Amino acid sequence: MMRILDDGQTRANEGPAVRRDRLGTALGWFSVGLGTAEIATPGAITRIAGVDNSATNRVISRTLCGPRELAAGLGIFGDERPGRWLWGRVGGDAIDLSLLTAGVYRHRHEPTRLARLLFATGSVIGVTVLDVIAARRHAGPRHVSGHTARARATTTVRRTPEDLYRRWRDFEALPTFMYHLDSVHTTNGTSHWKAKGPAGTKVAWDAEIVEDRPDELIAWRSVKGSHVHNAGTVRFLPAPGDRGTEVHVDLTYNIPGGPPGYAVAKLLGEEPSQQITDDLRRFKQLMETGEVVRSEGSPTGGRNAVHLLGQHPAQPLG
Amino acid sequence: MRANCWFGRGKVEIVQVPEPKILNSQDAIVRITKTAICGSDLHLYNGFVPTMKKGDVLGHEFMGDVVDVGREVENLSVGDRVVVPFPIACGRCNACLAGTYSVCENSNPNAALAEKILGHAPAGIFGYSHMLGGYPGGQAEYARVPFADVGPIKIEDDLPDDRVLFLSDILPTGYMAADFCDITPGSVIAVWGAGPVGQFAIASAYLLGAERVIAIDRFPYRLAMARDKAGAEIINYEETDVREALLEMTGGRGPDACIDAVGLEAHHASPAAYSYDRAKQVTRLESDRPFALREAIRNCKNGGIVSVVGVYGGLVDKFPMGSFMNRGLTLRAGQCHVQRYLRPLLDRIRAGQIDPSFVITHRLSLDNAPEGFATFKNKEDECVKVVLTP
Repeated sequence: MMRILDDGQTRANEGPAVRRDRLGTALGWFSVGLGTAEIATPGAITRIAGVDNSATNRVISRTLCGPRELAAGLGIFGDERPGRWLWGRVGGDAIDLSLLTAGVYRHRHEPTRLARLLFATGSVIGVTVLDVIAARRHAGPRHVSGHTARARATTTVRRTPEDLYRRWRDFEALPTFMYHLDSVHTTNGTSHWKAKGPAGTKVAWDAEIVEDRPDELIAWRSVKGSHVHNAGTVRFLPAPGDRGTEVHVDLTYNIPGGPPGYAVAKLLGEEPSQQITDDLRRFKQLMETGEVVRSEGSPTGGRNAVHLLGQHPAQPLG
Repeated sequence: MRANCWFGRGKVEIVQVPEPKILNSQDAIVRITKTAICGSDLHLYNGFVPTMKKGDVLGHEFMGDVVDVGREVENLSVGDRVVVPFPIACGRCNACLAGTYSVCENSNPNAALAEKILGHAPAGIFGYSHMLGGYPGGQAEYARVPFADVGPIKIEDDLPDDRVLFLSDILPTGYMAADFCDITPGSVIAVWGAGPVGQFAIASAYLLGAERVIAIDRFPYRLAMARDKAGAEIINYEETDVREALLEMTGGRGPDACIDAVGLEAHHASPAAYSYDRAKQVTRLESDRPFALREAIRNCKNGGIVSVVGVYGGLVDKFPMGSFMNRGLTLRAGQCHVQRYLRPLLDRIRAGQIDPSFVITHRLSLDNAPEGFATFKNKEDECVKVVLTP
């Protein structure tokens, strides 16, 4: 098992290298070619696309569009996981399409202009389709197996593995420090979990323990038929130098809404890797000090503390 | 109650806010009798510390009487007179047990925010941004003090407030700066910044046995205080070349240890040099102006110690790494681990070895805190330290 030494650090989104296929290679060369043209001859590009050959548009082509295409092209060739660069291209396509749509609207009464703009728009739509196909193909096994992702988090707690195991094994009390959980009920062998999903949704699943080694490890997974699939392990390892116990959590979970859903959850501070980091922080507070530490800025104890927007001003609560 | 709140760069106001309540069973509520404006509050006032929110109650130097305690508080009871350390510390994590209270692993509920900016999270601090916990400060009539059994120190005799208030921050901060210097008989220590922390660093260096202490600043009235009250030799860097003066004063060796008691808003004698870093700071290419730090490193003797207690917030530019590495220097830094120094320093105050009240130049009502900030910031009226009474 890989050890992450930083307190509370998480890694998500990691996957194995993915080989580039012919479509990916073609799109990579396309990016490099178009990017070079946009930087070298911005006038020609604006004319072909039907947009105004103005100084502003030439500067945009030279400083924004060109470098963006070049970066995508180099990324596709240089990165062992070209999928993310191909998704980057899809994002770039969306920007181009919105600019072209604005152009079409502005020049809707000029037939020659309009024809060029519509041709350019059609071409970009065609490329976008290819980009999406390539991006999905290159996304790696995470996306192939139903949008599952992995999150890891770890912390060191100044208590014995026995204490920590016992506290964690009491599933029904987990919501005390796992704030996204509403409740856990255990009935002989399985447990029923209710939790907050992204953006105010509610999710529930049944889980079973697959491995239970007292004072060392608990592993669980959702049972077949659950709406939310997840599996996880928590390990308790003595920390070197009499510093207590290292707690390592490793989760696999499916992301509602796929990669865009993941991006939204991350923005809201609700993606599981952040949540499990925050949970572990509260677990440490609880086990070391006996309480979840709260401030007036974070009266609930650091929920979504990753964003300043969610903070109450640092003044006494009314 | 009335509280001095932050409302943006250069804007603090006294406003009515609710009175604090016990949130956790290890809290105490303190009715504040004396509080102060810290030089580091000016970094908030001048907008250099990220993650402040409008309405945040400022202030991290305060003392008062306990008026309420949570049910798990054992060391304090209602009526106790206490000085409260500015870092909030749980007393039970590995950091606290190692004596490094200002990096307590549990007292910052917004650790996630701090980790994004600093890598790892330091302790929570009263009235000092949301990345340091989002705790209301002590420039108010009352404050909630978490982990009340760990931080506050009881003042059981009749020492006046003015003599013990600074145990909350600047006295132990100056003392820690000197403590970092591994002072032995004959040590020569140079201190950049003759503000309140610098004054206490000078006094502490003498308490710890330094032979000579040299203060470097640009305000004659602060240098005069360093000379007359703390006993330092002085260099005004706007009139004298610091390097030449230090070489002359140390027989060409350089000071054995250099203390940076200035931090991120340093100034420079050369307008061109100042403008370079100021421009980078304004355009967000660096967050902190490290003139004092650069000078402390370059002037320290080979193999010497550079001790940093001036506050830095983010990134500095042109860090003289070559000088630092090739000359075998040691850098020690930190927000003060106040809890570690409270008892020994209270004993020194009681024994008459130091009377920290010498830095006080202005005594104002809490209601005049906004004027106090402006006077302190602009160094008007020979201002060194402002103490507020709620």
